[in-house]
Amino acid sequence: MKLVFEKSVPGRHTTMLPACDVEEVALPQALVRETAPALPELSETEVSRHYTELCQHVHGVNCGFYPLGSCTMKYNPRIDEEAANLPGFANVHPLAPAHTVPGCYEALDTARKYLCEITGMDDMTFQPAAGAHGEFTGVLLIKQYHESRGDTKRNKIIVPDSAHGTNPATAAMCGYQIVNIASAPNGCVDLDALKAVLGDDTAGLMLTNPNTVGIFDENILEITRLVHEAGGLCYYDGANLNAVMGVARPGDMGFDCIHLNLHKTFATPHGGGGPGAGAVGCKDFLAPYLPKSATMDGGNGIQVRGFAGNFLVVIKALAYVMTLGKEGIPEASKNAVLNANYLQAKIKGTFTPAFDRICMHEFVLDLSQYKKETGVSALDVAKSLIDYGMHPPTMYFPLIVHEALMLEPTETESKETLDWAADVFRQLYELGFKDPEFMHNAPHNAQISRPDEVRAARTPILRYQKG
Amino acid sequence: MGSYVPSTQEERLAMLEAIGLKSFREMYREVPDSIYLDRPLNIPEGMSELEVSKAMAKMAGKNHVFSTVLRGAGAYDHYIPSIVKYVPAKEEFLTAYTPYQAELSQGILQSIFEFQTMICELTGMDVSNASVYDGATAAAEAAAMCRDRKRKVTLVSGAAHPDTIATIRTYCYGTGDEMRIVPVKDGKTDMDALKSMLTADVASFYVQQPNFFGQFEEADAIGEAVHAAGAMYIMGCNPIALAITKTPVASGVDVAVGEGQPLGMPLSWGGPYLGFMATTTKHMRKLPGRIVGETLDHDGNRAFVLSLQAREQHIRREKASSNICSNQALCALTAGVYMSTMGPQGMAQVAKQSMAKAHYLAKGLTAIEGVELCHTGEYFHEFVTTMPKKDEVLAALEKADILGGLPVEEGLLWCATEKVSKETLDQVIAIVKEVLA
Repeated sequence: MKLVFEKSVPGRHTTMLPACDVEEVALPQALVRETAPALPELSETEVSRHYTELCQHVHGVNCGFYPLGSCTMKYNPRIDEEAANLPGFANVHPLAPAHTVPGCYEALDTARKYLCEITGMDDMTFQPAAGAHGEFTGVLLIKQYHESRGDTKRNKIIVPDSAHGTNPATAAMCGYQIVNIASAPNGCVDLDALKAVLGDDTAGLMLTNPNTVGIFDENILEITRLVHEAGGLCYYDGANLNAVMGVARPGDMGFDCIHLNLHKTFATPHGGGGPGAGAVGCKDFLAPYLPKSATMDGGNGIQVRGFAGNFLVVIKALAYVMTLGKEGIPEASKNAVLNANYLQAKIKGTFTPAFDRICMHEFVLDLSQYKKETGVSALDVAKSLIDYGMHPPTMYFPLIVHEALMLEPTETESKETLDWAADVFRQLYELGFKDPEFMHNAPHNAQISRPDEVRAARTPILRYQKG
Repeated sequence: MGSYVPSTQEERLAMLEAIGLKSFREMYREVPDSIYLDRPLNIPEGMSELEVSKAMAKMAGKNHVFSTVLRGAGAYDHYIPSIVKYVPAKEEFLTAYTPYQAELSQGILQSIFEFQTMICELTGMDVSNASVYDGATAAAEAAAMCRDRKRKVTLVSGAAHPDTIATIRTYCYGTGDEMRIVPVKDGKTDMDALKSMLTADVASFYVQQPNFFGQFEEADAIGEAVHAAGAMYIMGCNPIALAITKTPVASGVDVAVGEGQPLGMPLSWGGPYLGFMATTTKHMRKLPGRIVGETLDHDGNRAFVLSLQAREQHIRREKASSNICSNQALCALTAGVYMSTMGPQGMAQVAKQSMAKAHYLAKGLTAIEGVELCHTGEYFHEFVTTMPKKDEVLAALEKADILGGLPVEEGLLWCATEKVSKETLDQVIAIVKEVLA
């Protein structure tokens, strides 16, 4: 595909604005730009066709099955988009007087109320823009809390080795030392390992439950009790909330603060990498430390981004919760778990589950034995799936499973899709024994073959330069 | 209730049976009884799409959409070409995840590569990332990337946006580093104060150009002072102004960041917006967030991939340059479509008209007795005036469906864009005159 710059013709343009109806003002000479930026010069037809061409080389949830573990690629309802595009939400200024935007406050209050009930929290902020940003906000709550009590020697955050990379990265951004603890053989928290590191320097524990191998930690109450007993707080990474909505609430599990990925659990689209929204909920005693905006709320404490956060994303999530309601929310989670277990059961007998048991909303396949036998890696299988029109699962995560493929089908996939997917996995499993070479070279029908990532890193070309 | 679960009751039972279970409770066997929710959630019953549509329209309808917005302060009411709304709404762009799998994500990867190029063109820098959350976090991330073992203090101009200052302060609080505010003199960074504050422990200085009050800062002089002290120079830029004003790189900036909202994003009550970050090749590997690079596929064809990932949290965990994972990709796409549609001429027109209209408004307002410009420097499309009877003026404008300037300590902070006509500006001036008569 040609780059937009390669389609540019000097002098070509669109006509968006009328002539200026007031006197032009000259910039002071010292401020004048010497040469105009080399932005594309196109007609509107060409703009339209360029982006249509790009869009034909993107796999969205609307295109087909997307079992990308940990990412909850459920269907994104269009009504939620429509709600966010309503002029009353989309065209209001963040610093408009409060009396002109009661609908915005009502939307946030309503979303806060519903999401606090679903998670068992008392208060919530919508300022964080994404999951990792929510983690940052949540761990800062923990930090402020300990400091407010003069409890300053708590400088460690405990993170299981199965955690998302954002957890340790977040704790580091909050000035904490990271204590990684090894998981038990079943992928859950090793209680002895936890006890061994807990102490009066423990600021808190970051945990996702169900965890990244798709298992609900049956010792969860004991885990949070132990952390609290040591004087630490418990942070819930909401990446996997889609398994337990309306079934078990983080607040009841003993967590003090949480973040939600509204762009996973609450069906707002990922947009090719964002915008998301990382709502952060907490118990009452942490509420005074929630971030505020200096300009909107007159806040002078912590603030993690401008204004009120990714507001329109919150609108989408609210429309989603209003649609599902008290029956639909647990229904979504139960079917997410059912679909994952069904797919796991159907795949079993070919590729091996890393943990052979009932899973939550996702499960991990361990291809290390298969790789030994066939030479075909998790990467080869993932790339082969592309030729079937299926987005590959998450690869090589969690780190505690080698040759991992992590599948999360979500509740919005039908039984036929799951049957088809299981059949594709079976075909590929067999193909690995017959023609491993073919799989090493997959995909065969994609727009490109495998890209040379080493070359990209060694000789970085990060922008277009006119040739 | 509404539902997006396709399987029928019969299918669900069949699936349960296939996995060897009789009930959903059995599926959740690890959840202890004491926390298994045995009551319905205390939220309303679900609704049909029609009902949700009506409920949301009712809520949105309680807000007032002003036909004229003369308020900026970090969120700017520029014209958004129709096509800029349609392209990012395409379902493939909308519903895809981060392009981890390059073979079926070339469209997104290429759009990010194009966006990076456009940001480099605007700023004159060598390397741009794929976006961060917004302008305030871009500034905070830039300050973080400039800190090292020896230099830990971040200086921030007091003339920067208050939300940006608060966000930088929060990121500094996280890592336990200090932020110091450089005082303001006549609506601009106080150069003498800046020079005296540039001590050997200063990692970087952040200035906003044009600043919160709309004033152009002395970008070159600041650059010389900052570099003379061995610190890094971060500039928060308005991307519209950059179409016609001197590039950050020409003033010696090391990291150029900014709020990309003016590039085709609606006001949206504050978000989603778009943080952009660009730097020189020298600091490329310190840049946080995703970066797309060009390479070849195994058949020798041009291909795009997420590159330089060794900086990122999923590889480096606690040693990563930032914890950022999701960014604002769809907003970056929007900005790319906006810039492709407007082109260099269209962007320059937006900048020139915004500036011209702001100056026209300032001239008209300051002709009124009691209304004066608060600062003497050159400005772009925002300016502060004194304003007696501030509340009455704003109320009178509101009655005429006009959102007036933002109340600030000295008076009102006004903003004009290409959207407002001379006729409306004359009306605004007349209303203010009448209230103050």
